[in-house]
Amino acid sequence: MQPATPPIESRGREFWRGVQAILPIFLGVFPFGMIYGVLARQAGLSAAASQAMSSIVFAGSSQFIAAQLVSQAVPGLVIVLTIAVVNLRHALYSASVAGFVQHLHMGWKLALSYLLTDEAYAVVITHYNRAGSSGNQHWFYLGAGLGLWTCWQVSTALGIFLGAVIPASWSLDFALPLTFIALVVPALKDRAGTAAALVGGVAAVLAFSLPYKLGIIAAALAGITAGLLVEGKQ
Amino acid sequence: MNIWLVMLFGGLLTFLTRLSFIWLFARMAVPRLLRRSLRFVPPAVLSVIIFQELLFKDGRLAINLDNTRLIAGVIAILVAWRTRSALLTIGVGMAALLIIQALFS
Repeated sequence: MQPATPPIESRGREFWRGVQAILPIFLGVFPFGMIYGVLARQAGLSAAASQAMSSIVFAGSSQFIAAQLVSQAVPGLVIVLTIAVVNLRHALYSASVAGFVQHLHMGWKLALSYLLTDEAYAVVITHYNRAGSSGNQHWFYLGAGLGLWTCWQVSTALGIFLGAVIPASWSLDFALPLTFIALVVPALKDRAGTAAALVGGVAAVLAFSLPYKLGIIAAALAGITAGLLVEGKQ
Repeated sequence: MNIWLVMLFGGLLTFLTRLSFIWLFARMAVPRLLRRSLRFVPPAVLSVIIFQELLFKDGRLAINLDNTRLIAGVIAILVAWRTRSALLTIGVGMAALLIIQALFS
């Protein structure tokens, strides 16, 4: 992970490159945020609470599940635990980016932690792996994170106030897995990485019915283990 | 529990999860195994979500030609593999899904 003497980009330039890198992902996130807004209102949350959840929790799939549980009058403590478990996978992202943000002040660490979503992580780790962290790469992270945050807040608001204006037959939510495909497939360059992806995917199928989305964590760990084993053999 | 308290605690736990290793790394050396594992996190996690989105329909495993998302997803994977372009992958994948849905609905 030592790039050959990377030119140090300015803060502003890194920030805007981060914004630009996250832009294609809006295509997948924006409909997702709108659908969340619509569903949260249907689940009985007030407009203010629906919007606040997008900024306080700021984690798509857990917000969907939380809204659903609220409508089923599930006890608050269970909902809190469910949100926490669904979002446990973010600890993996935290471990993954930690080495790159170690040198930053606590304020930066707190802000970047808050912005550490699935989508921002995917874009940011790609940049760190390519460009290292010796320059202003944390501004790239901030740009990507704030870009996604803005997209999520605006799309939630639209979902809340406009209702389901986009017909379900447009299937815009499909842009989300497509975005992940666009990120993963070109990055599969060696056998160990490919093994991690394939074993993770197959394990995801086997573990799909585990409660509280625990299957995501279990399958990811299986994929990572497979990658390590294949790498160890080479 | 009040919905606002649910959000507050749920949000706090989510934030602490995201902060966890970012905060800990400054205080301890990175274990070797963990450091080796990190590069496998993106392909493993993202692939998990891709597989679950493509292979399941209404919460059930659907590996068949009626699963239009699976067919469109496979086409998108081929496009991503050949072109390495994010825009082409998403564009062709979306178009494939809409065309297949229109043809077979």
